Amino acid sequence: MAEWYDNLHPVWQALIRVLLFVGPLLTMVPALIWFERRVLGWFQDRIGPNRVGNITFQKKDKWVPEFLRGKKIRLFGLIQPIADGIKLFLKEDITPSSVDKVIYFLAPALALFPAFALGATLPWGPFKGLTPVADVNIGVLWIMAISSLGVYGVVLSGYASNNKYSLLGGLRSSAQLISYELGMGVSLACIALSTGSLKLTDMVTAQEGPLWGVVPAVSNWNILTPHGAIAAVVFAICMVAETNRAPFDLPEAENELVAGYHTEYSSMKFAVFFMGEYAAMAVYGGIFATVFLGGWHMPIPVRWDYIAESQPMLSGVVSYFQWADFWMAPAWFLLKVWIIIFGFVWLRATMPRLRYDQLMSLGWKTLLPIATVNLIVVATWLLLQEVAGPGPALALSVCTFAALWIIFRAVTRLEPAKENFLPNREISMVEVKPAEKPEAPEAAVA
Amino acid sequence: MSGVPLAAYLALGLFMFMTGVVGVVIRRSPIVIFMCIELMLNAVNLTFLAFARYQFSPMVAGNSFKEGQSAMAGQMMVIFVMAVAAAEVAVGLGIIMAIFRLRDNIDIDEMNLLKG
Amino acid sequence: MLNLFAAVAAPKMAGFAITGELLFFAALAGLAMLSAVGVVAFNNAVRSALCLVLNFFVLAGIYFTLNAEMMGITQVVVYTGAIMVLFLFVIMLLNLSAPALLQDKNDPKTAVGMTLGMVMFTLVALQVLPGLMSKTEPGAVDGYGSPVNVGRALFTGFVIPFEAVSILLLIGIVGSILLAKRRF
Repeated sequence: MAEWYDNLHPVWQALIRVLLFVGPLLTMVPALIWFERRVLGWFQDRIGPNRVGNITFQKKDKWVPEFLRGKKIRLFGLIQPIADGIKLFLKEDITPSSVDKVIYFLAPALALFPAFALGATLPWGPFKGLTPVADVNIGVLWIMAISSLGVYGVVLSGYASNNKYSLLGGLRSSAQLISYELGMGVSLACIALSTGSLKLTDMVTAQEGPLWGVVPAVSNWNILTPHGAIAAVVFAICMVAETNRAPFDLPEAENELVAGYHTEYSSMKFAVFFMGEYAAMAVYGGIFATVFLGGWHMPIPVRWDYIAESQPMLSGVVSYFQWADFWMAPAWFLLKVWIIIFGFVWLRATMPRLRYDQLMSLGWKTLLPIATVNLIVVATWLLLQEVAGPGPALALSVCTFAALWIIFRAVTRLEPAKENFLPNREISMVEVKPAEKPEAPEAAVA
Repeated sequence: MSGVPLAAYLALGLFMFMTGVVGVVIRRSPIVIFMCIELMLNAVNLTFLAFARYQFSPMVAGNSFKEGQSAMAGQMMVIFVMAVAAAEVAVGLGIIMAIFRLRDNIDIDEMNLLKG
Repeated sequence: MLNLFAAVAAPKMAGFAITGELLFFAALAGLAMLSAVGVVAFNNAVRSALCLVLNFFVLAGIYFTLNAEMMGITQVVVYTGAIMVLFLFVIMLLNLSAPALLQDKNDPKTAVGMTLGMVMFTLVALQVLPGLMSKTEPGAVDGYGSPVNVGRALFTGFVIPFEAVSILLLIGIVGSILLAKRRF
């Protein structure tokens, strides 16, 4: 690190670290919106925003310089989100008359805060002192803590709007976020166990090792290990649910709840909600990349150091890769984040929205048991590896997995036969006798 | 944090605890009373942690097993209090909802079915 | 805010130098006290809950200043992330079906309760605090609150209470499921 940076007061250093994280994140949000709309357009066989920002210069105009006459500057609609933002800021800011004013103003801020605070422990490069914002030994717990604060913005905006649709959106969202946090926490716990540390920088370092401890040329990305792959799938699903993205966007299901919790928000306040959602998407993508995809390393799991050692004749070529691996780290990190965001958009374009009971049963009956079984197997494996050596440990943990899987299946069999949900969903157009009225769904205290 | 006397932490804890006591006495909504109980539990947690930080005998974790253990006792208690609070909230809020379903009312002063 | 804190603690802290750390603690403590009062003083249950969230968040900050980072982050995860969300969830449910119940009426017990609280605060403070005034330097070793040390202690010396608490949590889960179930 440069000397002048080391000599700065710690407060200034911290400020630089924060700016280096928040600045790019803020710039990314409009680009993300444009990217999503273009990709969605591609998925849906239409064009998407491609006009704003195109400038065509006139052929005969004395004000246009000679070399520009008749030329066209294309920006592929990149300015579209900025135009949208200007439109939102210039719109009338309506505050409905009977809202709870203080909480109504507070809610968008509370929705934005976790999205930015979440990335405080995220290392986006190998540069010590510049990243992450705070390299604390509770990195994973920090993610859990801050992501659980995301509920407040949604719930409070739903409450403060004094609108039944908003309130229902807020209620749904709180139930959803609580349910999916568990799966996320347990799947992160698997990785924390196998890494042996809660620090995110340690997780990146651990993923530099040889794959499964035996393949020296490939680095040990968590997604390539069996337990890591299961944890990654669970984490990815929970991540989509935590950001309220399709197919988990029940809190803002437009055909049932108008716009859910932000029905009553307009202008800048709506823009803040919107920004929070996209920033959270980017930050969760970063967390996924750090925990499962090798962090800021190149997006191919190759250990260049080993190759340079074992194949001396390749060392000349490999040194370029090593250089790129180190110095272009932020670009690689961004590339991984962008791939994950593409996955988000892909999900949105492909999957229909879940029904509420499907959402709950996916979270509680599928993801949580899978993540828990995974955690137990990882713990067994780690314990046996110290006690009995790697071979028996592997065999016994596979046995544990099989046994737990059988128990899981048996328990699901024990469940009473599925009720027919159809009567509950019937909508009768004529008068309903009180005795036949379907009961309110059992969404309550779960 | 050096420079801050232990008594300051204890005074803060005491204040929060007493606020919780007053809240339990004067409020009528069982949910708010519940929140005041949480406030009291947190005040206790604060004093536990303050004492854990400002230990009186110079105990180093690893001096002996027993001493290392007593050095961590404050934090362990905090963990247990948190777990108990979580269990209590889950059951307590369930009870409040059950009462509400049964009687359509949750005012604590009108829960007097057992009064002779 | 600072004045409030100073009014409570200043006479006892006459001999101490005012350092930046002390001021930082005073700010946090003042915020914690204000929000604690807010929990009791607001008539609206949602406001009370929000004040409690703020209080727990500030307390987590105070735990960080005590170097108990594991406890601080657990405080955020457990209290602000889980317990208070549950509270808000129940408040919303009640708000949906019976909004009037969430507005508290004024109670004749208020004056009695406040007097009681003040008297008890004064009595306990006078009994306990003067003997501890001389204690300003922390005695715990550095890193006593790191996840490694907390976890080691939890799973060696305190493993039996830990298991007991986990059984308690299990009972809590079963109990809340039974309460929430409609038909038995």
